[in-house]
Parts: sequence; C-alpha cells; structure tokens
Amino acid sequence: MTDLIALLGQKTLDWLRALGQAARFFVDLLRYSPLALRRFGLVVAQIHAIGNRSLSIICASGLAVGFVLALQLYYVLTTFGAASSLGLVVNLALMRELGPVIAALLFAGRAGTSLTAEIGLMKAGEQLSAMELMAVDPRARVLAPRFLGGVIAVPLLTAMFCAVGIMGAYVVAVLMIGIDSGEFWGGMQNRVDVWHDVGNGILKGVVFGFLCTFIALFQGYQATPTPGGVAYATTRGVVVSSLLVLAVDFLLTAVLFSVR
Amino acid sequence: MTKKSTEILVGLFVLLGALALVFLALQSANLLKVAQLSGTGTYTVQARFDNIGGLKVRAPVRSAGVEIGRVKRIALDPKTYQGLVTMELRADVDFPKDSSAKILTSGLLGDQYIGLEPGAEEQNLKDGDTVELTQSAIVLESLISQFLFSGNSKSSSSSSNGAAATPAAPAASGAQP
Repeated sequence: MTDLIALLGQKTLDWLRALGQAARFFVDLLRYSPLALRRFGLVVAQIHAIGNRSLSIICASGLAVGFVLALQLYYVLTTFGAASSLGLVVNLALMRELGPVIAALLFAGRAGTSLTAEIGLMKAGEQLSAMELMAVDPRARVLAPRFLGGVIAVPLLTAMFCAVGIMGAYVVAVLMIGIDSGEFWGGMQNRVDVWHDVGNGILKGVVFGFLCTFIALFQGYQATPTPGGVAYATTRGVVVSSLLVLAVDFLLTAVLFSVR
Repeated sequence: MTKKSTEILVGLFVLLGALALVFLALQSANLLKVAQLSGTGTYTVQARFDNIGGLKVRAPVRSAGVEIGRVKRIALDPKTYQGLVTMELRADVDFPKDSSAKILTSGLLGDQYIGLEPGAEEQNLKDGDTVELTQSAIVLESLISQFLFSGNSKSSSSSSNGAAATPAAPAASGAQP
C-alpha cells in the first residue's frame, strides 16, 4: 500500500520536475532570442532549413485540402440550395481551424522531427558540451536561432496554407463545377472579417509556432544521448506537439471565436 | 555565394508569406470594405425596433440595395424593451431626418440587414440622432401562426362559435409586422 502511494508521489514529482524544466527551458529560449536576433544570419539559415523546405509539403497539402473541401461542401451545400456560400464556408473553415492546425501538424512532422534529431545527435556527439567548454552557450548559439526560425516560419506557412487552400477551392468550385466566381469571392468578402477571422487564424499560427518549435527543441535537448534515446525523443516530440496543438487549438477557439 | 542564395531563398519565402497574407486580407476578407468605410469617416445613428429578428452585429445597412454602413452595436433598451440598434453610416451619404429603417432579409432565408429609406425633410440625420420610423423584422413563426390562427378562426366562426374568433383576432393583429 505504501509502495503504491510512494509510486504516486514519485510520479507526481517527476511530472512536476519535467514541467519545471520545460518552463525554465522556455524562459531560457525567450531570454536568448534577442541575442540571436543580433546574429540574424543564423536565424536566416534556420528559416531556410525550417521554412523553405516545408514549403512544398505545406502547399501540396493546402491545395489538396482546398480541393477536397470544395468538392465535399459542394455536394452537401447543393442539397440545401446553398452552393453560393461555398466560398465563405471554405474560407472560414480554412482560416479559423484547418489552416493553423494542419500547418502546425505538418510542421511538427516535417521540421520538428529534424530539429529534435539534430539537437539530440549534437548532444549525443557531445557537441553541445564541447561548445560549453569553449565558453559558447549552446542555448544562444544553437537553440535560440532555431527557435526564432520556427516562430517566424509557422505563421507564414499558415498564411500560405490558407491562401493556397482557398485558391484550390476556387479551382474546383469555379473552374470545374462552375459556381459563379463573383458569388465565390463576394460571399467571402461580405462575411469574413480581417481581424476576427484572418487575424485570429494567424494568431493561432503564431501560438502553434512557439509550441511546436519549443517542444521539438526541448525533446532534443532532454534526449538520452544514445541512438535509442534520440529516436525516442523524436517520436515523443511529434506525439506531444501534435496532441498539444489539438488541445491548445480547442482552448484558443473557445477564447478567440466566442460569440460576442 | 551559397550564403547569398540562402538569403535570397529566405527572402522569397518571407515574401510569399506576406503575399499570402495580403491575398487573405484583400481578396478573401473585408479589409477593402473596412478601409473604405473608415476612409470616408462615419457617423452613428440609432434606431429602435420592436423585434430585430436575426440581425447581427456587422450586418450591412443598405439604401436602395447599396451598402452604406454597418450595424455597430445591438442592445436592449431597458426602458422601452425594444431592440436598440446602433449603426455606422458613411459620412459622404446624408439622409433626411424622417428617413425610415426596416429590417429586411436578403433572399427568402438569407441574412438580415437594415434598409434605410430616405424621407422628405430638409434637415439631415446627424451623428447620434435616432431614426424614429422603424419597421421590425418579419418573424416567420408569427407569420405562420397568424396564418394558422386566422384559418382556425374562420372555420370556428363558420361553425357558429363566435367566442373562439375574438381571442384569435388580437393575436393575429399583434403578429402583424
């Protein structure tokens, strides 16, 4: 019985310790970020590695989501005789939910994993310790530029995902099905608000950028420095950031899009 | 050279992101309309309605079908128990003081908007004025119940029961928009 209680206590303490470490790591990243801004070349290289290389998968997914969304909604909406609001529904769905969430999930899979593996291997190869020996703080030299790169790249990727998705919906709805293009764009422009819909969607992208990059770096930094440990950390990074993105998305939706 | 090309690629990436944002704001959202509305300046006018139906904040205000403003705020007047609608109109359009406001529906089941009809008075509405002549939204339920009850009362009066027709009559006239 006491063993069980001790186990419970130990688990709680472990959990609290991990949470504390994560919080301190996050504060460290924030503190070193201005320093990284001064050496912007490093950040630019990271945006290239994180952002540019994710462009193809983001655009391809955005296009596919736009295509499918337009097609599915057309089938549903015609049964209500409301095919003219197709553009509006596609836009709101993409801007408010699908864009930020799918972009963040793709980012976690495409760029987050490489960040975790990279940092984990640096740690396993004792490169981080070597830096510390040379009085170079690895958090400022290695982690902060990657963090900033991710934070800058994710909102931009979100915007591109949404824009490409809407264009994809345009291709299917207007060019293939033959909905009037004035109806398609006009419906959006009448009902989609710049700040309330587009702005909040991008805000979600910013939050997810912080979240995904932070978790990827944290998992890499905390990885057990063995091949197995790096593999485990990479998997864990994707799982944790995906779940957190979904959970935080729900909270953000509840706060940002509540009926006024 | 490789560093230079990296920078160019990143520049393109950021540019693409900015373009996507501009596209989202201009082509797929209402930034142009917001700018148009705020660019000319606006003045606010109030109106009281017995029933605002499904009118929502940011619904358009139209005159002769042309959009001239937006609904800014909707509240319940605590004294008269009427819906108090505050709307923003573009400063470059003036309306006479005795203009009337109606709550209309675009299409059979579309969104509701406010239709302003100009009156004939010399003076124009100013900032903070109230539109006195209003017509409430047509509520489908009361229309249907009006139809049903008037049908009932006819059949019951034909069966020589005059008492049933009297209570039905005020309900029907109350539902008249």
